[in-house]
Amino acid sequence: MAVTDAPEKGQSPQSSEATGSRGRIEPAAENFFTAAELSRRKFFGKALAAIGAAATAGAVTPSAAETARQAVQEGLEKNLPPNVPEWSKILGAPILAHPYGLPSPHEKNIVRRESPGLTRTPHSSVAFTPLQNLFGIITPSGLHFERHHAGTPEIDPHQHRLMINGLVKRPLLLTMEDVLRFPSVSRIHFIECGANSGMEWGNVAVPTVQYSHGMLSCSEWTGVPLSVLLQEAGYDAKRAKFILPEGSDGAGLTRTIPIELALDDVLVAYGQNGEMLRPENGYPLRLLVPGVQGVSSVKWLRRIEVGDQPWNTREESLHYVDLMPSGLHRQYTWIQEAKSVITSPSGGQRLLDKGYYEITGLAWSGRGKVKRVDVSTDGGRNWRTARLQEPVQTKALTRFRIDWRWDGSPALLQSRVMDETGYVQPKYNQLRAVRGEKSIYHNNSIQTWRVAESGEVSNVQVS
Amino acid sequence: MSRSPDGSPLERSQGRGSGLLCLCAALVLWLPSPSLAEEPKFGFGRLATPEEIAAWDTDVRPDGKGLPKGSGSVSFGQEVYDAKCASCHGTFGEDNQYMAIAGGVQPGDIDRGRASILATGQPLRTVGTKLNHVSTLWDYINRAMPFAQPKTLTPNEVYALTAYVLHLNDILPADATLDEKSILEVRMPNRNGFTTEHGFMSKAGKPDVKNAACMKDCVATVTIASELPESAQGMHGNLAEQVRSFAPTSGVKSGRAPAGASAAASPTSPGLDLAKKFACMACHGVDNKVVGPGFREIAARYKGSGGAEPQLLAKLKAGGAGVWGPVPMPPQAHVSEQDLKTILTWVLSGSPTR
Ligand code: HEC
Ligand code: HEC
Repeated sequence: MAVTDAPEKGQSPQSSEATGSRGRIEPAAENFFTAAELSRRKFFGKALAAIGAAATAGAVTPSAAETARQAVQEGLEKNLPPNVPEWSKILGAPILAHPYGLPSPHEKNIVRRESPGLTRTPHSSVAFTPLQNLFGIITPSGLHFERHHAGTPEIDPHQHRLMINGLVKRPLLLTMEDVLRFPSVSRIHFIECGANSGMEWGNVAVPTVQYSHGMLSCSEWTGVPLSVLLQEAGYDAKRAKFILPEGSDGAGLTRTIPIELALDDVLVAYGQNGEMLRPENGYPLRLLVPGVQGVSSVKWLRRIEVGDQPWNTREESLHYVDLMPSGLHRQYTWIQEAKSVITSPSGGQRLLDKGYYEITGLAWSGRGKVKRVDVSTDGGRNWRTARLQEPVQTKALTRFRIDWRWDGSPALLQSRVMDETGYVQPKYNQLRAVRGEKSIYHNNSIQTWRVAESGEVSNVQVS
Repeated sequence: MSRSPDGSPLERSQGRGSGLLCLCAALVLWLPSPSLAEEPKFGFGRLATPEEIAAWDTDVRPDGKGLPKGSGSVSFGQEVYDAKCASCHGTFGEDNQYMAIAGGVQPGDIDRGRASILATGQPLRTVGTKLNHVSTLWDYINRAMPFAQPKTLTPNEVYALTAYVLHLNDILPADATLDEKSILEVRMPNRNGFTTEHGFMSKAGKPDVKNAACMKDCVATVTIASELPESAQGMHGNLAEQVRSFAPTSGVKSGRAPAGASAAASPTSPGLDLAKKFACMACHGVDNKVVGPGFREIAARYKGSGGAEPQLLAKLKAGGAGVWGPVPMPPQAHVSEQDLKTILTWVLSGSPTR
C-alpha cells in the first residue's frame, strides 16, 4: 500500500496539477450525476454549443428524464459566467422573511437521522448528528443528537419547577425565574452518549460517521453551577455522597452522580448556543455533566435529591452497564475516555479527484483536554501529528486537520488522540482483549476509513 | 409577572422577595460572618412543602428507602399485567418487539447470585438475568410504565406487577405476595453480578486498556477484519442524499431512503404528526397491526358506514377491547378532543402519509 504524504514544502496544495490535467473522477458541481449521466450531460453540452438548443431537442429526442436533467444543466449554466446570475438582477427576500432564520434549502441533506432497526419505538430512540458535514466544534442546536426514553415533552416554562431535596437544610422549589437569577457561567462541552459507536463493538454495522459516531455533539452551555444551588439549599457536606437528578418527562429518568463530580463542573443549564435549550435537548432546564456519559446529563430536569448511597436506577443497572467476558457487569462507568474520528473524508463519501485533501475530524476526552492527535493513512503503520484548532478546551470537542495528497491508490485513514493525562486512544484488538465484544458502551476505538481506488470511502475495522 | 399565570401570590412574594427582603439578602451577601453561612446566600425560590416533596420524591433505593406501604400478589399482578403490559411485552414477558422483560434465568443462578447466561456467547439480557436489586424494578415500573401512560399505577398494582414480573422470571412462586417489607427479601439471580472495580468512576481513574503513541513502522501487516455486511448495505438509505451536495467529497449512491428519512424531509399530514406525538404509533402501524390494528385496517372496516367517527371517538376516550381482539386499548385521556378528531378523520380517510 502506498504511503501518501503531505504536500511538499513550497508547493501550493492547489497546484494546477491537482485540479487540472490529472483527470477528475467526478467534477464537484455536478457530483450528483453518475459517470454515465455525466457523459450524456457533456454530450448535450457539446451538442448545444454546436447546433443550438432547438436542433438538439429535435435531433436527439431526449426522454423525459433526460429533458429534466438538461433543464437542471441549463439552470446551472444560466447563472455561471459569462452570464450574470439571476439573483444579481433582482431584489432578494426582505428582512424578517424568516423571523427565526433557517438553513438554506440547499442544506436539506444535513439533518439528524435515525439508524433503521436500532430501536423499537420512535419515543425511545436516537437521532444521530450529521458529523460528516459540520465545521469547527459547535453543533448547531437543531442538529444536536437526540436520545429520549419517552419522547420530547412539551413543557411550559412557567409551570416548570426544580425541586432540591434530600440531605439539605432547606428543600427548595425554584421557578425558572428563580433559576435564571443565580450567577451563571457559559462553557463549551461535548455530550457523548455512552452507547456511541456501540453498534460496532463486534463488527462493522453502519456505513457513515453519522451513524458510527453521531451520538456526539458539542455546544456552549449556560447555566448555574450545581455547587451554587446545592450550597443555597444547604446540603449536608458530611453525609452527602451522591446526588440523583430526575427528568420530568414520562420516563422520569434518574441517574446517580457522585458528590465530588456534582460539586466540580456540573451545570444546571438553560442556555444552548446563545438561546434557550431546544425541546429535544431538555427545554427549559437540564443537567450538564461534562465528560460523563450523556445519560447523566438529565434533560427536562425537575428534581435533584442529595443522598448518601447510590440509587441503582434502571439506567445504571439494566442499561449503561458494561458486560465483561466473565459475565460480570461493570457498574457506574461514568467517564467517557479519549476518542477521535476523522469526519472528512469518511464512510459513504467519494473522493472527487487525486491530489490535495484536508483530512479533518474531531477529538475529545472526558478526562480533560486533547493534547495531540495523530493521523495515519496506511492503516496505522505510520503516523503524522495533526494541527489542533485553538483554543483547545477541556471536555470539549477539538477540531484537528492535516494535509494529505491522495495518489489514487488504496488508503486506510485513522486518527488517534492522546489526552492531557497521557492516555492514548486504543485499537479494537486492544479493547476486545480486555472487554470482549458484548460491551455496548464505551467503545472509543480508533476508527478506520478505507479509501478504494475508485475514491469510494467505506467503514472497515483492521487487525 | 403577569406572564406566569400559575404562580400563586404566596409563591410570587416569596420567590421574588419584597423590597425589604432584597435589602436583607444584599446585606447577607456582604457580611462575612460565619454564623450567617447558615442562611441562604441568595434567598431565591421558596421552601418545598413536605406534601410537595412526598408527591415528587418517589425514587426507591436498594435498601428500600422510598417504598410506600402496600402489597400485591402474583395473581393480582397477572390481572394487571394482562390488561396493561402484555400487549407490548408478550404474555410471558418474552416478546422483544419492545423489550423482553423475562427469560434466561437458569437453575442454580439464584443460589449463586450470578446469572450464568451472561458469561455465554448469547447473553440474554432481561430483568431476570441482569438486575441486582429488586428495588429498581419497583421504581421503574412505578415511574415509567405502562410506556404510554406512565405514573398511573397505584402502589398495590406496582407491588403486584413487580411480583408477577419476578414470577415470569422464575424468581418468585405463583402464590407469592410482596409488600414494602417482604420485597427486601427477594434474592435476585444476578445480585453478585456487578463490579465497580474499574477506572471509569473519576477523572483520576486508571484506564483498563493501553495503547502507545507509536509513530513509525508500528505494525507489520494490516488486514481488514470487518466491513459492512451485505445484509446491511443500503439499509441506511441513499448515502448520496446524506451529505452536502458541494464538498471535497461526494456521497456514494446506495440503497433507498429509509421511510422515516423521506417522511422527515417532506411535509407530513397533521393527523400522522399527532398520532406520532401522542404515541398512537406505539400500538398502531399505518398498514399493519402492532398491538392494535393497522390504521388502514380500521379505515377499511368502517368504510361506507357513515357516523363511525363519534362512536370511535367515544371508544378512544373510554378505551376498550373486543372489536379487534381481547387486548384492550387504554383510554387516550391525554389527548384533547380536537386532536383526537383530527387523528380520527385522518385514520378514516385512509391515513395518507403526506
Ligand atoms: C406501549 C407498549 C408498552 C406497554 C403497554 C408497557 N411497556 Fe414496558 N416497556 C416498553 C418499552 C418501549 C420499554 C423500553 C423503554 C426505553 O427504551 O427506555 C419498556 C421497558 C420496560 C421494562 C424495563 C426492561 C429493561 O430491561 O429495561 C419493564 C420492567 C417494563 N417495561 C415493564 C412493564 C410493565 C410492568 C407494564 C405494564 C404496567 C409495561 N411495561 C407496559 C413498552 C411498553
Ligand atoms: C397501548 C396500545 C394502544 C395505544 C397507545 C393506542 N391504541 Fe388504539 N387500539 C389498541 C387496541 C389493542 C385496539 C383494539 C381494541 C379492540 O379490539 O376493541 C385499538 C383500537 C383502535 C381503534 C379502533 C377502535 C374500534 O373500536 O374499532 C382506533 C380508531 C384507535 N385504536 C385509534 C387510536 C389512536 C388515535 C390512538 C392515539 C391517540 C391509539 N389508538 C392509541 C391499542 C392502542
